[in-house]
Amino acid sequence: MIRSRRRKLQIFRYTVFLVAALFFLIPMFASVEFSTRGTGIGAPRTLDSWKLIGSTPELFAAISASLELAVITSVMMLVLVLPTMVWVRLRLPTLNRVVEFICLMPLTVPAIALVVGIKPIYVWISLNFTDSILALAFGYLILVLPYAYRTLDAGLGAIDLKTLTEAARSLGAGWGTVMLRVVVPNIPTAILNASLLSVALVLGEYTFANLMNYENLQVAVAYESLVDPGTSVAISVAALGFAFVLLMVLSVVGNLRATPVGNIGGGMP
Amino acid sequence: MTAAGNPAFDTAARPVSGGRRLPSLSWLGVVPFFAYVGVFLLLPTAIILVGSLEAPDGSVTLSNFGEIFKPFMYTSFVNSVQISVVTAVLGAVLGALLAYAVATGNPQGLLRRMVMSAAGVFAQFGGVTLTFAWLATISTTGIVYQFLLDRGLNMYPGNDIWLYGLKGLGVIYLYFQIPLMVLVFIPALDGIRPQWREATESLGGGTWHYWRYVAGPLLFPSFLGCTLLLFANSFSAYATAAALFTNGGILLPLQVQALMTSETGSSQPGLAKALALSMIVVVLVVMSLYTLLQRRTSAWLR
Repeated sequence: MIRSRRRKLQIFRYTVFLVAALFFLIPMFASVEFSTRGTGIGAPRTLDSWKLIGSTPELFAAISASLELAVITSVMMLVLVLPTMVWVRLRLPTLNRVVEFICLMPLTVPAIALVVGIKPIYVWISLNFTDSILALAFGYLILVLPYAYRTLDAGLGAIDLKTLTEAARSLGAGWGTVMLRVVVPNIPTAILNASLLSVALVLGEYTFANLMNYENLQVAVAYESLVDPGTSVAISVAALGFAFVLLMVLSVVGNLRATPVGNIGGGMP
Repeated sequence: MTAAGNPAFDTAARPVSGGRRLPSLSWLGVVPFFAYVGVFLLLPTAIILVGSLEAPDGSVTLSNFGEIFKPFMYTSFVNSVQISVVTAVLGAVLGALLAYAVATGNPQGLLRRMVMSAAGVFAQFGGVTLTFAWLATISTTGIVYQFLLDRGLNMYPGNDIWLYGLKGLGVIYLYFQIPLMVLVFIPALDGIRPQWREATESLGGGTWHYWRYVAGPLLFPSFLGCTLLLFANSFSAYATAAALFTNGGILLPLQVQALMTSETGSSQPGLAKALALSMIVVVLVVMSLYTLLQRRTSAWLR
């Protein structure tokens, strides 16, 4: 009886895996197929759409803007959020809950709602300071806060922060040294995870850029679809492939420690 | 003579004057963070809150919220709730099946690692790219549509191209809803111990009894909580829908977009904010319930 149940379970499992694999892989395959179509019926496969990515200046500008934004957002996250979390844990433990609440707040404020309130601030920034697309990084940092906080929180929770810093301080280290040479080397996985999540989120971001009239990667892909669907799908595939590699690295690193961090909590780009 | 009674000792221990401790300056360390979130998170929220109560002439009013119940707006509100409920329930059921298939396998196995990694990637995957992938698959120029058509199967009988409607959007949303369910539901499934099944059997219970009286009631709060999370996830999604529907405010997020980019929007600045606020309230309520249910689950998980 037990054996027949076991067999039924195996049949169920592999049916589920097969159906899921089809559902999730066919659209991927279809995108690659679409982006390599030639024009006209029966035309041979071609990489023309892919070649057009490099020779369309607007696309190129949008891609480099998104990559720069990804780097700036990650760096700002590490410079602003990580030291604050360390400081609060060590010196102001009463503020711990407040910082946590604020960092997780963007999960309950959909990006499409937040953009309504943040747009007036961006209008003011572009009138008084800069109209560069890189200003988007300010908003993006808010969007990555929950993911960064959870990942870094798990990392900081796993080390004995207090003892480490006290040891460093009693040996004469300043706070800068403590951060750079004690905290950072002790939580490399958390820092890597938080940065990769930020990069993936920024590369996929559409809401803020579109509604505040900046042309980032996703907005450019959407425009390009009106001109040349093949090319826009080609970039989609390229961007997705890149994000896929990043997030795969993340989950492999995460699986090594067997703590599922980061993705839980929803909130789509 | 005690030390405390001796004035010399007393002074040494606690100087009479000038002995107050310097006020701690620790709070300075968190100023940059709070200034930042103040400007880019709390101020925008305040702008939404205050703006939603503001009439075009600057007076305080509730009429912006009344606008939501005009037929056009109301339809998109209903549509948004509807698609979120449907994709949350379908995503939760299908995701739970997939999660169960994963959880019953080898916990260190390659298959599990692959499925979990892929779920992590797909749950984050949304927006323009996702919509295009599906257009390349089942639009009338898509490969699967053509493949089936060549074999005499028309996906769109009677030329009803449901891909460009709510049904199509639902299928697309499932692409990130199912993986999210797998990610959030797996911890609850992992908490189920095989001994419980054995205990049920030694007491004479069968499969039905086990699911009805043991595993079911234990998993239900987590399942419900995860369904709520999926609801919030789909309710807040914007980019995927924006890429599929090029015009019209079929969903609430698209109404917000229309108000932010059109003439109507600038004549009624409070309306977009009232819509934004109502979205925040819905997501806030749903996420609070989710947190409560997760707390209940974690009580027996460890």
